[in-house]
Amino acid sequence: MAAEIFDSRRQLTTVAIGLPATIAAVVGFVYWLFPPLFDAFWGTTCGAIDTWLVCSTFLQHGFTTGILVGLTAPLVGAYLVNRQMALIGEALAHTAFGGVAIGLFIGSTVEWANYPLLWALLAAAIAALGMQYLAVTTDSYADVPLAIVLTGSFALGVAVISYGDGIAFGREIESYLFGNILFVPFENVQLMVGLALVVLGMVALTHKQLLFITFDREAARLARINVWFYDTVLIVVTALVVVAAMQILGAILVAAMLVVPVAAAMQLTSSFNHGLVLSVIFGEVAVLGGILSSYWLDIATGAAIVLVAIAIYLLAVLGDR
Amino acid sequence: MTHAITVENVTFAYDDRPVLRDVSLAIEEGEFLGLIGPNGSGKTTLLKIMLGLQQPDSGRVELFGTPADAFTDGTRLGYVSQHSSDGESTMPISVREVVTMGRYAHAGISPLDDEDAAIVDDALEQVGIADLADRRMSRLSGGQKQRTYIARALASEADLLALDEPTVGVDTESRDAFYDLLEDLNQRGITIVLIEHDIGVVTEHVDTIACLNGELYEHCGTAEFLESDALERAFSSARAAGTASVASGD
Repeated sequence: MAAEIFDSRRQLTTVAIGLPATIAAVVGFVYWLFPPLFDAFWGTTCGAIDTWLVCSTFLQHGFTTGILVGLTAPLVGAYLVNRQMALIGEALAHTAFGGVAIGLFIGSTVEWANYPLLWALLAAAIAALGMQYLAVTTDSYADVPLAIVLTGSFALGVAVISYGDGIAFGREIESYLFGNILFVPFENVQLMVGLALVVLGMVALTHKQLLFITFDREAARLARINVWFYDTVLIVVTALVVVAAMQILGAILVAAMLVVPVAAAMQLTSSFNHGLVLSVIFGEVAVLGGILSSYWLDIATGAAIVLVAIAIYLLAVLGDR
Repeated sequence: MTHAITVENVTFAYDDRPVLRDVSLAIEEGEFLGLIGPNGSGKTTLLKIMLGLQQPDSGRVELFGTPADAFTDGTRLGYVSQHSSDGESTMPISVREVVTMGRYAHAGISPLDDEDAAIVDDALEQVGIADLADRRMSRLSGGQKQRTYIARALASEADLLALDEPTVGVDTESRDAFYDLLEDLNQRGITIVLIEHDIGVVTEHVDTIACLNGELYEHCGTAEFLESDALERAFSSARAAGTASVASGD
């Protein structure tokens, strides 16, 4: 099994030593190195520009998370969109929402389990592996199982919320449904940083395989690339990104960041690698433009980000004519 | 002499439509084999089974002495398929990026290096599409796409090249150049299996011929083949079968 995934013994050894070291490095960075860096960066920025927009702790959290979402979501989305799997992110977001509901419900009685985002991560990962299992057994990412998972997990979430109404989840559940840039606690920023590092690392290592499978599945199989293994990597990474992005965009809108910047970039380039870079640039423009316009126009941030992204897409389509 | 491919008593059916019946065939390393037969005779299916891309219903297949489904060295295989790839009409991807995929099995999860880039340049040059390197795949003609896939197979530096009607849509001049290139590669010891419907082209370039129509009719040297009546038998049984089911497809 290992020999099929890693292409030589040398690479296997590298991974065996590298993986625990990498995990330790990521955790160490997120817990010890990142907080002072965060303070230093925003301290300097606030000192230089000095407006409420960059000096409020809420918005500093929101901006940081948003920039990382703008980086990771289009990166993963580029493979999904080009495989006609655009809606898989939406389905995973809805399962993550179900996970949040369960997490809040359990967390309201069990103090130490009160960390809804981890429950979301758990639910999305289980759903991702479940959908992958369905895809292997039915040999496709059919849209019917996708629709069943999407609506089913959302129904479960709604059921749990309505049952636990007495506990009053109130605004918290709403922030996961529609996203809320003013409601990103610092530990979620840290989680986002960790997820972003993991996603970037995974994509950097497996880009070639993911691209090969995306473009020509049969030729990838011939090159003895373990396509189901890399499909699983992609879908699990997607689950991570979706959970991370959900706090800003909300479960309902999160798929837009996976799809829209990529769709815009695809109009304008002849190269997949250029398309990747362009997707990330469009993602960042959408996030920053969305946050600023939501502040000026006083509209929901998630919605503003998606609308800016769609404006970019329309310009790209018109510009390509 | 070791064998690049061994096929023993392979039988395959799509649902209840039999495609291959008890086919046995051994291809030596360094052989240049032409696989011919009428439409729907199972050539493509046999080729895919040889490469381990499809499982036979019964029988054994070995690649370089290892069962095909347990063969893991992707760097030894190159394939130009008859069908278009999943992403070629929709994805933004350049000709160079596609040809570079030929190097992926060599690189694994390590980054590509300058040597890989040089091999890709060389492959683009050999099929005469160096000037199209930055062109988007979806904007190419059928022949240009086909040449891109040929370049990808060349860049893979495989020991075994499997080609399924590789020159469909390619103009005569570059087709001749391509077959000269194949002969050259074969001289250097690369095993080649070629499916080609133009029997004139096949007999001119290959060493041995296998004539297929559900079952193997003949596997022998090109000269002996031309004197035998294998082709006649294969095609006449196709005509007989054709009256029963005309639209059998490939």
